Amino acid sequence: MNVGEREILKGIDLTVDAGEVHSIMGPNGSGKSTLAQVLARRESYNVTEGQILYEGKDLLEMKPEDAACEGIFMAFQYPVEIPGITNAYFLRSALNAIRRYRGLDEMDAMDFLPLLREKANLLEIDEKLMNRSVNESFSGGEKKRNEILQMAVLEPRLAILDETDSGLDIDALRVVARGVNAMRDPDRAMIVVTHYQRLLNHIVPDRVHVLVEGRIACSGGPDLALQLEEKGYSSMEAVARSATPA
Amino acid sequence: MSANTKTIRELAEREYQWGFVTKIGEERVPPGLSEDVIRLISAKKDEPEFMLDWRLKAYRHWASLEKAQAEPKWANIKYPPIDYQSIVYYSAPQNRPGLKTLDELDPEILSTYEKLGIPLEEQKRLAGVAVDAVFDSVSVATTFKEKLAELGVIFCSFSEAAQKHPELVRKYLGTVVPYTDNFFASLNAAVFTDGSFVYVPKGVRCPMELSTYFRINAADTGQFERTLIIADEGSYVSYLEGCTAPIRDQNQLHAAVVELIALDNAQIKYSTVQNWYPGDKEGKGGIYNFVTKRGKCAGRNSKISWTQVETGSAITWKYPSCILQGENSVGEFYSVALTNNYQQADTGTKMIHIGKNTRSTIVAKGISAGHGQNTYRGLVKILKGATGARNYTQCDSLLIGEECGAHTFPYIEVKNATARMEHEASTSKIGDDQLFYLRQRGLKTEDAVSMIVNGFCKRVFRELPMEFAVEAQKLLGVSLEGSVG
Repeated sequence: MNVGEREILKGIDLTVDAGEVHSIMGPNGSGKSTLAQVLARRESYNVTEGQILYEGKDLLEMKPEDAACEGIFMAFQYPVEIPGITNAYFLRSALNAIRRYRGLDEMDAMDFLPLLREKANLLEIDEKLMNRSVNESFSGGEKKRNEILQMAVLEPRLAILDETDSGLDIDALRVVARGVNAMRDPDRAMIVVTHYQRLLNHIVPDRVHVLVEGRIACSGGPDLALQLEEKGYSSMEAVARSATPA
Repeated sequence: MSANTKTIRELAEREYQWGFVTKIGEERVPPGLSEDVIRLISAKKDEPEFMLDWRLKAYRHWASLEKAQAEPKWANIKYPPIDYQSIVYYSAPQNRPGLKTLDELDPEILSTYEKLGIPLEEQKRLAGVAVDAVFDSVSVATTFKEKLAELGVIFCSFSEAAQKHPELVRKYLGTVVPYTDNFFASLNAAVFTDGSFVYVPKGVRCPMELSTYFRINAADTGQFERTLIIADEGSYVSYLEGCTAPIRDQNQLHAAVVELIALDNAQIKYSTVQNWYPGDKEGKGGIYNFVTKRGKCAGRNSKISWTQVETGSAITWKYPSCILQGENSVGEFYSVALTNNYQQADTGTKMIHIGKNTRSTIVAKGISAGHGQNTYRGLVKILKGATGARNYTQCDSLLIGEECGAHTFPYIEVKNATARMEHEASTSKIGDDQLFYLRQRGLKTEDAVSMIVNGFCKRVFRELPMEFAVEAQKLLGVSLEGSVG
């Protein structure tokens, strides 16, 4: 696929089943975030060839809001701020948009607040932050925890975590990992995009894929990540270049 | 909304009962402006002599301005020359084209009414469809008027006030916006047709919001309206002008004047939601809203607040202002101005600090979309004797899309060294990132834009009386349709 004139992903074959956690690792510019954004249906990214099936449906036919309502959630690498709209109001609106899509009744504020409180506690987020505007004046760590909080409330069937660990200190990392692990479920799949092996000590994946220059150079179990840590991405680059596109 | 609907039905019935009492037979008034037309207007309204005098002085002044081609041209707006001689300056109230049913109405307007949640009966009234008014023995409007009468609050049409309370009208008319003030104010003073008159006696807190809904002839869009509100010592009044429903009018130029006077320890809160016909998507047609609004904080510790949400009109040109004369007086201006398609707005405020320890607050939010051009123009003037003056100004612009414009012209004139001024300004776009974030959480593009815009306007909406605030939010959503994606 390409963005504008540049081709970023040059051929990806990937299958993720329900209940599985896959990690996508790779050096800067390999296309990890691009892959995440394509799955989340960012429209400025053009898929030139190939197909993406989500629960048997053609994902490329879906608008971002429909993909979201069908159960796809992305924890953004750089969450934006929305002045004037509180976190609580925003999250309840999102939840209700999804509930409406599924033919469920909307949740009013009275029912929503206990739910929000429960999840906020899990992620050690001060309730007061919920009355602030979305991500406004949040620290990097708070923003990332807020993403996982939203995930916990919206209960997606496919969660894509785009470099959720970037900018987190050890304690924040533990809290985030705890939140993510609490969401592991036989009916839920996760794709964890990361640079560093460190996160994968806390969120142990079932499969690891290494993305280099827009292609999956190799795949393996959790120890592939440890190997990478030892040998570095450059050891994979030769493999990537010689790999024939699927 | 149901209380209003009942009231409106009542009033609709009344309009037909009272009509417009004319001593002179109904005649077609030809277009054009002359002293004869002025005399005719005054006579038709059965005005006292001083009113006619005032009108004639105003007309002569305006005519001299017109002759000298002194129509102001400095605003950041473009429009073809107005032919003042082709306007009809007087028409009987029921002159609106009567539709038999709502089906005859432009489907676009009808769909807007639906989106704004306007009840069916009110849709009919707005469209000029004859309403089958059901007579209720308990009339909301009557109860309302009785309550006001008990307290001594006068709330009636300007015409009625000129007849029943001439001393009050004479005392205050033109004291805040004299007929020499500006070109359009002169014109208004000469030919104004009607408007509201409010007088709140000493120490009275007006128990409910006064809304133009409750005034007779509210259905008719006054082309040249004149409103005068006087809050006597220690009183309080909240006045609502306008409505969210888009109103069409064959008359393109609307030049209204609003004068507010707050005496010692008095407060006036004036809220406007304006959605006049903005023209079509190509920018054809649409109303020119050239308004002069000014409040005088004449008394010590007095306060005047203006809150406006302007989403309509092809061109909006207005600066609701405050003259802070009384010691410790306070002036406030909260505004949301939206321009979409080919709308233009040059709006803002003037805060003139005259007395000691006066304070003013300005929060102006401009939203531009489509090919809209939105200009904020503000003046904060601190006169020499205005010791201890304080001003806080915040003007923010939000741009939606690539073709629109936002402009800011803040003027600050300070002649007293003890003044404290704070000015903040920001310009932002609804970015792809923001939109994608909201859509990725399940919100449709329209809802996402609406949410971002409402967040942007929150500070201003907070100042509106609640019912108006809810309507204003819906209105913004409707006005921004099609602006993104």
